[in-house]
Amino acid sequence: ARALTPQTAETDAIRFLVGTQSLRYDNQIHIIDFDDENNIINKNVLLHQVGEIWHISTSPADKGVLATCYNKTSDSKVMTCAAVWRMPKELESGSHESPDDSSSNTQTLELLCHLDNTAHGNMACVMWEPMGDGKKIVSLADNNILLWDLQESSAKAVLSSSAALEGKGQLKFTSGRWSPHHNCTQIATANDTTVRGWDMRSMRQIYCIENAHGQLVRDLDFNPNKQYYLASCGDDCKVKFWDTRNVTEPVKTLEEHSHWVWNVRYNHSHDQLILTGSSDSRVILSNMVSISSEPFGHMVDDDELSDQDDQHQEEKIKEPLQDSVIATYEEHEDSVYAVEWSSADPWLFASLSYDGRLVINRVPRALKYHILL
Amino acid sequence: GVQALLRKLQSLVEVPGRLRRWAAPGAEPARALRCYARARAVLRHYRHLPSFRAIEDESHAIMADLAQHLRARLRDDTLDPKELTECVEMLLQLEEPPEELCEEFLSHAGARLEAELAVLEAELPPADPSGTAATPPPASDILDFVDRGSSAFVGNLCLLAASYRSLFEGRPGAGDGRLEAFAAALTTRYFALLERRLALERGLGDTSLLVRALDRFHRRLRALLELLPAAGAEAGAALVARAARERVDRYLRALQTFFLGCLGDVRQALAAPRPPGKEGPGLPDLLATLASSVLGQLKAVLAYVQLFTAKDVAFASLPYFRGEFCVEAVREGLVVAFVRWLCRTARGFADGPAERGAPAAPPALLLLLARLCLDYESTTISYILTLTDEQFPPQDTGPAVTPGPALCAEARGAAQRLLDHYVQVQGAAVAQMLRKSVETRDWLGTVEPRNVRAVMKRVVEDITAIDVQVGQLFEEGVRRAQSSDSSRRAFSVYSSSRAPGRYAPSYTPSAPMDTHLLSNIQKLFSERIDIFSPVEFNKVSVLTGIIKISLKTLLECVRLRTLGRFGLQQVQVDGHYLQLYLWRFAADERVVQGLLDEVAASAAHRCLDPVPMEHSVVELICERG
Repeated sequence: ARALTPQTAETDAIRFLVGTQSLRYDNQIHIIDFDDENNIINKNVLLHQVGEIWHISTSPADKGVLATCYNKTSDSKVMTCAAVWRMPKELESGSHESPDDSSSNTQTLELLCHLDNTAHGNMACVMWEPMGDGKKIVSLADNNILLWDLQESSAKAVLSSSAALEGKGQLKFTSGRWSPHHNCTQIATANDTTVRGWDMRSMRQIYCIENAHGQLVRDLDFNPNKQYYLASCGDDCKVKFWDTRNVTEPVKTLEEHSHWVWNVRYNHSHDQLILTGSSDSRVILSNMVSISSEPFGHMVDDDELSDQDDQHQEEKIKEPLQDSVIATYEEHEDSVYAVEWSSADPWLFASLSYDGRLVINRVPRALKYHILL
Repeated sequence: GVQALLRKLQSLVEVPGRLRRWAAPGAEPARALRCYARARAVLRHYRHLPSFRAIEDESHAIMADLAQHLRARLRDDTLDPKELTECVEMLLQLEEPPEELCEEFLSHAGARLEAELAVLEAELPPADPSGTAATPPPASDILDFVDRGSSAFVGNLCLLAASYRSLFEGRPGAGDGRLEAFAAALTTRYFALLERRLALERGLGDTSLLVRALDRFHRRLRALLELLPAAGAEAGAALVARAARERVDRYLRALQTFFLGCLGDVRQALAAPRPPGKEGPGLPDLLATLASSVLGQLKAVLAYVQLFTAKDVAFASLPYFRGEFCVEAVREGLVVAFVRWLCRTARGFADGPAERGAPAAPPALLLLLARLCLDYESTTISYILTLTDEQFPPQDTGPAVTPGPALCAEARGAAQRLLDHYVQVQGAAVAQMLRKSVETRDWLGTVEPRNVRAVMKRVVEDITAIDVQVGQLFEEGVRRAQSSDSSRRAFSVYSSSRAPGRYAPSYTPSAPMDTHLLSNIQKLFSERIDIFSPVEFNKVSVLTGIIKISLKTLLECVRLRTLGRFGLQQVQVDGHYLQLYLWRFAADERVVQGLLDEVAASAAHRCLDPVPMEHSVVELICERG
């Protein structure tokens, strides 16, 4: 399995969606509910018969809508297509009952619309406009960026604009990300070793980081709190942080993994926590304090101090905290292909490895309190 | 009685006449003085007699004239020191006030000495505060300069000091203090000029010449200092020390340049196109040449520097040279600094930003430097340090020295980094080949495999070549013995993946888990393979690292594609071929086997119609290919 996403629109319950990748059996989407208090995992299964799932993403507005990129095999050709689906109503909010093993738990997804890509090529990924109304999505197909408008309550997808990457050779986008800043008008894409930023209003390239990594760039993520900061990870086993205003030099480089880094994710609220997953079967949680929005930790206003604290009100000169690796999680036996933070609980994350194992972990409590206080 | 008295009277009367004669310009004032000195006592005694009074007044006037005249002469610049001394002596005898006299004396002598200094200064180009003007090479060599300076200036200063002392000894108002201040000012200027001249010494020149020059300077200075200790003993010693240190630093820089030059030669030798049929320069030869030339140069430099502490050199007995020079300047500043710089430079080849398009170091160079650093760590550093300590014995109570083991640790660290980088670079090269081969092939529509793919053969060739290259510099290393059933393991993976295919697919979500369960159980019994574990300094470990990286890449790439039946069979054939030829390079053949098993399992998983080829057919194809 390769595809993992948190249910973005859901902010109360902790849910992840996992897509399977099997050539022989019917593919499914598993909805994983994590019950925080009791530490139980509940699972619901949805059929996704059209093909194996390479990428999955959920709508930020509607809890029941999601998009997948899947492989469709016909004769001797494989095409990666994308479609938008709706979950059955009763599964949207999850259930807390322990499931039976009977097959009555599997239900089907309702196909809302296909993203027609016959003209463009294989879809690499589908991105929803963050903090939007769930009407705009961008898909990356080969060397094209396609912006779609979902109309008639997502029953129809209309291509509103597109951009193509010109250049010699077979250029192919590997991944992309929608920036939550600038009124959600920018996206960044990765192709080969280059990272490019695009403006969605004009469909033009804004910036370009050449040779971002020695080899292929696998994934990108934007810093949710700092406008111009972007993280990228690649096959040279490094994670690099960039300031898009100065693309000649990375702001920071992390070299903790010993093989290709497949995923890099910022925590949605505390951007000093960075999660990376790699094919060396490890998930590493790093604390990148020096380039986060709070390099000095949480600042407390003097007014808020209670009378008790007045006694020891020394000027606490805070030194910038050191960047460090908080923890390395080695529970996986095989390459880790996806890591995601939960959208409901900012301290929880899930990681998915090739053999289908999903591991849910938390940020160590000590660090959590350190950051909060 | 009366006769004698009459004669005395007569001589007295003649005194003015004689005085006048002798005191005339150009005549002999010394005789006049003597005469006057003799007569004076008598004249004073009989002052009350008017005739004697007249004589006395007259001779007084004449002597005053003489004094004036002498004074005027004093201001004459063309006086040489001897005449000057005489003059002053006479004036002193004439009871001129000593303070004025010694002022005059000093200023006159001072002017003369200044003139000599000016001559020396004229040889130097004007002091350029910005230091950017290109200075022409000095007209004479340093020994000459020092010689002239020492004999003319220092010699004269000595004479001056001696005569001053003898003249003004014990006289009020003309104490030693004035002389010392005067001398100190002049010597300071002299030192400054000498420093400037030393700074002009370009390149390394002739160290023996420099040593001789400094020696001469020091000896002459010692003579002066015996007379006038306050004239700047420390300044003089410090000057010599600084000159020596400067020279040592220059040697360090020369060594660094030399090493970089050697590296450039090595790179050229590695990159030079070889005429067909002729073998390129072997790596051991290149390494031996590099190591020996660097070591030879270092020894030569040490020999030169030893000139500074040779027995026959006067300043070698200064406390600075016995202690601090040996430890701080030579051992730390030259030898240790050079070794450290060498390690840093070598490391720079591994850490440098080669990704950004700068020409990366050829892998052979990385290997060579790794071996060099390793050799340094094991033998060379201790050898050099022992040699240095022999030639420049350190003082027990001197400043802290860098212990040998610390340097060895640095060298080892550099060697490790270089070797790791080598493995990464070579691994990446092979991996790139494999990746391209997987990505560009159409795995669904491929035909039944008839032979092993060319890229696999290339991979084996490349790895064999790397094996040879590494084997030139590093020893074999320990290998786990081959087990008897190594060649039959390939079968098991495919047979296990076939089994679930017979069951009808059910809706239970756990069905796909069967294969995973089996392979997971298998994994429990085999150790997890760490892809980038630190590499040891032997050939087998290096090769294993490279093979691991390449095979892991192959695995990841295969997982991204969808294969048809024949695609799977092709992977099967390729995998068997690789296993046949690569196992002998790895430290533990189970590593290769394990990775290839995973490739096979993933390929089977990604295949639409997994029907593996018969094992005998696979073997046949591999043998043929």
